[in-house]
Amino acid sequence: MSATSGAIGRKKKRFFRREDLALYIMALPTVIFLLMFCYAPMFGLIMAFQDFNATKGIFGSPLVGLKNFQYLFATTDAWIITRNTVCYNLVFMAVNTLIAVIMALMLSELTSRKLAKTLQTIYMLPYFLSWTVVAIVVTAFLDREYGIVNKIIQAVGGKGKTDWYKQKDIWPPLLVFIHAWKGVGYNTVLYLAVISGISQDYYEAAVLDGATKFQQARYITLPHLRFVISISLIMSMGSIFRGDFGLFYSVTKNSGRIYAVTDVIDTYIYRGLITLGNVGMSTAAGLYQSVVGFLVLLGANWVVSKIDPDSAMF
Amino acid sequence: MANIESRDAAIANDRVVSKNRFNSLSPAWNAVFSIILILVSLFALVPMLLVFIVSFSSEASISYNGFSFFPSEWTLAGYGYLGKMGDQVLNSYIITIVHSVFGTLCCLSVMSLYAYVIAQRNFPARRFFTWFLFFTMLFGGGMVPSYMLNANVYHLRDSFWIFIIPSLVSAYHVIILRTFIISTIPETLFEAGKIDGAGHFRIFIQIVLPLFKAGIATIGLFQLVGRWNDWFTAYLYIDSSRLVPLQTLLQKIQNNIDFLKNNAEIAGTPEGLNMLRNLPTQNLRMACTVIVVLPILCAYPFFQRYFVSGLTIGSVKE
Repeated sequence: MSATSGAIGRKKKRFFRREDLALYIMALPTVIFLLMFCYAPMFGLIMAFQDFNATKGIFGSPLVGLKNFQYLFATTDAWIITRNTVCYNLVFMAVNTLIAVIMALMLSELTSRKLAKTLQTIYMLPYFLSWTVVAIVVTAFLDREYGIVNKIIQAVGGKGKTDWYKQKDIWPPLLVFIHAWKGVGYNTVLYLAVISGISQDYYEAAVLDGATKFQQARYITLPHLRFVISISLIMSMGSIFRGDFGLFYSVTKNSGRIYAVTDVIDTYIYRGLITLGNVGMSTAAGLYQSVVGFLVLLGANWVVSKIDPDSAMF
Repeated sequence: MANIESRDAAIANDRVVSKNRFNSLSPAWNAVFSIILILVSLFALVPMLLVFIVSFSSEASISYNGFSFFPSEWTLAGYGYLGKMGDQVLNSYIITIVHSVFGTLCCLSVMSLYAYVIAQRNFPARRFFTWFLFFTMLFGGGMVPSYMLNANVYHLRDSFWIFIIPSLVSAYHVIILRTFIISTIPETLFEAGKIDGAGHFRIFIQIVLPLFKAGIATIGLFQLVGRWNDWFTAYLYIDSSRLVPLQTLLQKIQNNIDFLKNNAEIAGTPEGLNMLRNLPTQNLRMACTVIVVLPILCAYPFFQRYFVSGLTIGSVKE
């Protein structure tokens, strides 16, 4: 103990010490990985300023300045995909957190431990499904010919011939519902774990002082959840410019008629790259997404560190 | 401090509700809560039940009643078709399994080494290595540059390695692993190892790994599920059908059904209608979904404990 900390304590801190060689070797695979797959793509962002041409490659394609960005922001596309991405994420965050906190509070109060455990397991179930599977589950309800929804409408005397994948109005609430369906269980279980870790002493003291259940939840449980909620909120702020690709592509069946309410930055980039082959503009959209997302994350962390330094991420 | 608190929370999860009796909910409220929560759980169960039932419904009953909880005729035909697709389904299953299991093993070995490095309190370059990793969580090149690099520079397009290499390290998971090491293994143990003359590799294998099983299991399970459910990688990079995993196969079946449906409606050509008739049937699609989902659904109740501890550790900073 004293030997090593003594070495550090000396005036000049040496960055490389022979005894650490093994540590550098252990870090090497990950460092190579990060350079190749995380840092190298950052340099690829230069394509956002190029008229990229696959045959000329990244070093041969001519620079065009901000032209790609001009194209991107000239149409209403940029506004629509930004609005959709940000609004959906904000609503997802609010809805999922709210429902999960309420459910965790209720679960933690159940007198039957067995029931609470079983329910917890069931709630987690949708979390383990891929978006493709979720898309198929949704189809089972919304399919035009065979879907349950249209069949029910027919049964009660309606025509029931609606193609739901072309109805713009239903998708915003539907996507919020589907996202909550898949994600709330995870958050519920997380909050429940935190609640069950709260010392019983607090509650005992509160009961002796005559606190009601509601007061206990308000003044003991919720403050304990604050830390974990703020961390997950900061994390989601960081990805507020990232649309969940599976949800917005697979579940909506990439249906063109409803792009106005389902197109997010990620699906836009994907289409630009794969369907349209417009590399420059897709990269520009990606750069826009990364930079603004980064700034939002820093901002969120700054705000949190002002309000409550303990809950800030860094 | 927060580390220890949350770890306790994770452990304490096993005793979900152990409030003192004198502070427990009144029977009436307990009943109300139970009923609400049970009703909510139906939301999770019923849609899956529907998929399961449709996979056993006959095609005739689907075209007559639609997808229904009460099909007029039960059949194994959907699974029979899966059998007829034979090689493709089997092949995809194997790809999915290898992607999940082999990928997870590679991932864990690389990530846990790095986690060990950034968990060393006396390592001068520790801060550098932590930020070198952490920064990639904050900022990235995005999909297009990654795609270009993977496809054109690293030549991973249509190769099995696309499943393993670009997803070898998840920065988030490394951070969780590091938190696991810091919170479960006391610093003095490293020091003791050093005094006994053990190098870092010896300490890692003989001291850290055995104490670190819960952390490895947690991250391993996250990786396993993530890889099992990964449909996008192959969707983007794989062309040859022998490398298509199950989830992607499912996505492609889904796409084909829609494509033909939409285009047959527009064209109404005999060929289009003919293709539609030869298409994988509705119950086949559901049967395929069932075989994708079943392994995970059967396994996860047993592993749930690890997930929960991972969730709480994951939301903890240093």
